[in-house]
Amino acid sequence: MLAVVGTIPDEELPLVAGPVTVDGRFLVIQGHKVLISRGTAGLLAAAATCLEVLREPAPFAFLVGDIGRGQGSSRLYEYLTLNLGRHQFSTLTFHYILPIVDWHNRVLLALQEMAERPRLIADAGFMYVAKMSGQAPEYDLFTPDAGELAFLADEEAPHPFYTRGFILHEDNQVPELIARAYAYENAARHLLVKGQKDYVATKEGIVATIAEPVTEALEPIGGTGDSLTGIVSALVAADFDIVPAAILAARVNRVAGYLAHPTPATNLREIVNQIPAALKLVLKEHHGKGK
Amino acid sequence: MSLRRFWQRKPTVPVARGQADQGILVFANTSEVIQAEKVLRAEGWPIKVMGPPPEIQSGCDLVIQFPLMKKLELLRILSEKRLSPLQVVPVTGPLLKPVDLFQVKDFGRYLMVRAANMKLTVDKETRMIVNVSGGGCPDVPYLAYQLVGQTLEAAPRPRDLGHTVCGYALQLAFEEMERLCSR
Repeated sequence: MLAVVGTIPDEELPLVAGPVTVDGRFLVIQGHKVLISRGTAGLLAAAATCLEVLREPAPFAFLVGDIGRGQGSSRLYEYLTLNLGRHQFSTLTFHYILPIVDWHNRVLLALQEMAERPRLIADAGFMYVAKMSGQAPEYDLFTPDAGELAFLADEEAPHPFYTRGFILHEDNQVPELIARAYAYENAARHLLVKGQKDYVATKEGIVATIAEPVTEALEPIGGTGDSLTGIVSALVAADFDIVPAAILAARVNRVAGYLAHPTPATNLREIVNQIPAALKLVLKEHHGKGK
Repeated sequence: MSLRRFWQRKPTVPVARGQADQGILVFANTSEVIQAEKVLRAEGWPIKVMGPPPEIQSGCDLVIQFPLMKKLELLRILSEKRLSPLQVVPVTGPLLKPVDLFQVKDFGRYLMVRAANMKLTVDKETRMIVNVSGGGCPDVPYLAYQLVGQTLEAAPRPRDLGHTVCGYALQLAFEEMERLCSR
């Protein structure tokens, strides 16, 4: 089963832990309705949609309201350190949270109390703090964009805001940045780098690039990275190995974006709505290739 | 889990040239840094928002660099606004410099500005903010919710609502977008 950890930009939302369902424009968790938009809600909507198509259990989520003040994030970190050991998940995805190194390290220690170690995926604030703590290799997958990859590649930057200028953020530098991130042990065991081309990499190098279909308008749309992390999380939870899951997820996200006929003003929900059709299409291609 | 780097000490760094007369203000959180910057800039202080030295980094931080000789005057101004730094210390090493390069992409009707990890996209015809993307701190989805659908003139400033380094980066993208759209 997939579990997702993250924050929601609504200070009224208490800390909730439970299965998540999609109901039109909303996620529903323990009687609370959360509007599907960019961020962890977008990740969960994409993941729940995929898991339904794959006939897998709905995702479990640990969510709390936080608009950046950090109180919600601190409560969530504390809850995880006290309660993670009571749960069992095959895949655990960490997402939007205020990066606090000390709390992050306590959560990693709490993971040791689980009967079986889940596969660990991190994006957004949790990926930032995982890198800053020096514990990136403990994770199975990071899903940075090109700018965040530059941050992973800069061994001195504690946040993407401080990435040094000589480490360029351009997509055509991606192979060099991947190598540098691994050289300084600031990458997870696998990377899915999202951008004009998506790259799947390990310490040994780039294992796949996914470049089709190209939909230029996706870049400015808030949440397309969140949907990609949600899709790959669902596929990993459905027992795909990480490399094929990352390749398929990149393709599904691109096809869903293409099917939505987006402009730079498109809302993430319009792309999430296309995920079932995109997933079925990509899985059919995948099986057609005899994989 | 490997803990070999868990307790690893950060290397010490030499004093930065030209910073010997500079101090830094350390606040409890990034929201206070953003408020203090607003107050001090309004009064014309030659300050810089920078990254903290390694020994006090906690994860999502900014500090304010200021002329150390003006410490008392500056603290009095902040105190009048009920802003109290946790620490005021001399600069002892090179501070992290925020990303100061903007990337601009023109989509025809839409213009996108990226500052560090934050992207802001505006409809050039209506000056309406149509999307906010990037970032990883919890105020980013909140800022996106507050800004998208508003014109550049009517939208709240990310500096006034944001609490994190990502929020601060979005403010920089916002200012650059205002500059580009005013041409």
